[in-house]
Amino acid sequence: MLTRIEDQFIAFLDSLSKSYFLVQKTILGCFAKPFEAKLVVYQMVSIGYRSLPVAMLTAFSVGMVLALQAGYSGMYVFNEPLYVGTIVAFSIVKELGPVLTATVITGRVGAAITAELGTMKVTEQIDALYTLGTNPIKYLAVPRFLACITMIPILTAISNILSIIGGWVVSRFKLDIPSTIYWSDTLDFLRIDDFFHGFIKSFFFAAIIGFVSIYKGFETKGGAQGVGKATTQSVVTTLVLIVVTDYFISVVLVAIGIG
Amino acid sequence: MIRINDVHKHFRENYVLRGVNLEVNDGETLTIIGGSGSGKTVLLRHIVGLFHPERGTVEVDGVNLGEVAEEELQEVQKKMGFLFQDGALFDSLSSGENVAFGLRHQGLPESLISRKVAECLEHVGLSGIENIRPSELSGGMKKRVALARAIARDPKYMLYDEPTTGLDPIFSDVINDLIIHLQKTLKMTSIVVTHDLKSVYKVSTKIAMLLEGRIIATGTPDEFKNTTDPYVQQFLNGSSKGPIKLKIKEY
Ligand SMILES: Nc1ncnc2c1ncn2[C@@H]1O[C@H](COP(=O)(O)OP(=O)(O)OP(=O)(O)O)[C@@H](O)[C@H]1O
Ligand SMILES: [Mg+2]
Repeated sequence: MLTRIEDQFIAFLDSLSKSYFLVQKTILGCFAKPFEAKLVVYQMVSIGYRSLPVAMLTAFSVGMVLALQAGYSGMYVFNEPLYVGTIVAFSIVKELGPVLTATVITGRVGAAITAELGTMKVTEQIDALYTLGTNPIKYLAVPRFLACITMIPILTAISNILSIIGGWVVSRFKLDIPSTIYWSDTLDFLRIDDFFHGFIKSFFFAAIIGFVSIYKGFETKGGAQGVGKATTQSVVTTLVLIVVTDYFISVVLVAIGIG
Repeated sequence: MIRINDVHKHFRENYVLRGVNLEVNDGETLTIIGGSGSGKTVLLRHIVGLFHPERGTVEVDGVNLGEVAEEELQEVQKKMGFLFQDGALFDSLSSGENVAFGLRHQGLPESLISRKVAECLEHVGLSGIENIRPSELSGGMKKRVALARAIARDPKYMLYDEPTTGLDPIFSDVINDLIIHLQKTLKMTSIVVTHDLKSVYKVSTKIAMLLEGRIIATGTPDEFKNTTDPYVQQFLNGSSKGPIKLKIKEY
C-alpha cells in the first residue's frame, strides 16, 4: 500500500521533471539551427488552416446562442433586449472566444498530435530518428509547437469575429434589434485592452495544447492500447489545465491592467 | 572499437542484462546468439545509445555513451547504423524518402542522394520502389527497406537486429552476402543478432552467446562448431532437452 503511493509519487515527480525538460528543450530548439521551415509550414497548414471550418462553425453558433439568451434575459428584466451586442462582445472577446477555440482545437489537433507521436513512439520510429542523427525534439516537437503558438491565437481572433457576427444575425432577425444599435453596443464599450486580454490568454492555451500533446505522445508506452490511453489523457489534461489556468491568467491580467 | 563493460539493465523485476562484457574490434563481424527474450535487442539498444546502462559502461571509440552530452552522443550515433527488428520505417514518408532520410542531414546535393538511394535499394533487391509507401510493402520488403536506410550513410559500425528473419532462404543469403560485402569493401564493423544458424556460420568472424543476462561464451565459428560447452551445444543443436532451463510444459 505504502509502496504504491510512494511509487505514484515518484512517478509524478518523474513526469514533472520530464515535462520541464521537454518544455525547455522545445523552446531552445525553436532558436537552434537547422530551421525546419518546410515542416513548420506543413504543421501550420494542418493545425491552423484545417481547423478553420470547425472553429468558425462553433464560434458562429456560440455567438448566436449568446445573443439569444442575452436578449431573452433582457426582455425578462427590462422588457426590452438591451445591450445584447455589449454582452456578446465582452463575453466572447475576453472569455468564450479563447476558451472555446482552445477546446475545439484540443479535440481536433491535440488528440491528433498525441496519437501520431504516440504511434511513432511505440513503433520505434522516434528511436529510428535518433539513430539517423536527427533530434526528435527539433524534427517533431518544434514544428508542432510553433504551429500551435502561431495559429491558435489567429484562429481565436477569427472566431471572435465570427461569434460577433453570429450575435448580430440573431439580434437583427430574431430579436429585431436594429443593426446600428447592435454595432454601437458592441464597439463603443470594447477597448483594445479587452481584445488583448483574450489574445494573450490564447497564447497560453496554445502553449498548453502544444506541450501537453507532444509530451503525452513522446511518453506513450504499450502498443495500440497505449496510444489510445495517451490520447485520452492528453485531451483531458489539456482541458483541465486550460480551465484552471484561465482563472489565474485572468486575475493576473486584470491586476496588471490589461482588460 | 566497441567495448561493453559489466552492463546491467532491468525492467521492474525483469533483470535482463546482468553484467555483459564484450569487445568488438574494428573490421570484425560479431554475431550474438541467444534465446528469444534473452536481451539481445536490449543489448544492441545500449550500443547505439538508445538505452543507458544502470551499471557498467558502453564505449564506442573511447567515448563513454552514458556520460557524454547529447550533442556528443549524436556525433557517435552518426557513425552507427541500426537495423531495427521491426524495421521502424517512417510511415509518413515514401520508401525512397526513408532511405534518403539520414543523407538529407549531411548537406549532400540532391542528385547524389537519389543515386545513393537507388544504389542502396538495389543492394537489397528492391530497385524502383522509391515512391511506394511502407504501409504498402510486405513484411520482408519493409525489413529490406529498413536495411537500405541503415546502410545508406556508410556507417562505420552496423548493427543488425535479425536481418534475415521473415525473409525467404534465397533472400536471406542475399542479405548475408551483403553483410560480407560491406565488411570487405567498406571495412564496416558489424554486430549481427540472429537466430539463423546458417548466416551465423557464414558471416561471423566471432560469435558470442547471451544467456541469462551474461555472455557465456565467445569464439570463432569453428570453435563454436566443436564446442564442448553443454549450453552452447544445446542451443546450436536446437534441442529442447538440456541444461538451458525453459519455463515451458514438458511433453
Ligand atoms: N522497453 C521495455 N520495457 C520493458 N521490458 C522490456 C523492454 N524491452 C525489452 N524488455 C524485456 O527485456 C527482455 C529481453 O528483450 P529483448 O527484446 O532484448 O529480447 P531478444 O533477445 O531480442 O528476443 P528476440 O530474439 O525474441 O527478439 C524481455 O523479457 C522483454 O520483456
Ligand atoms: Mg530482439
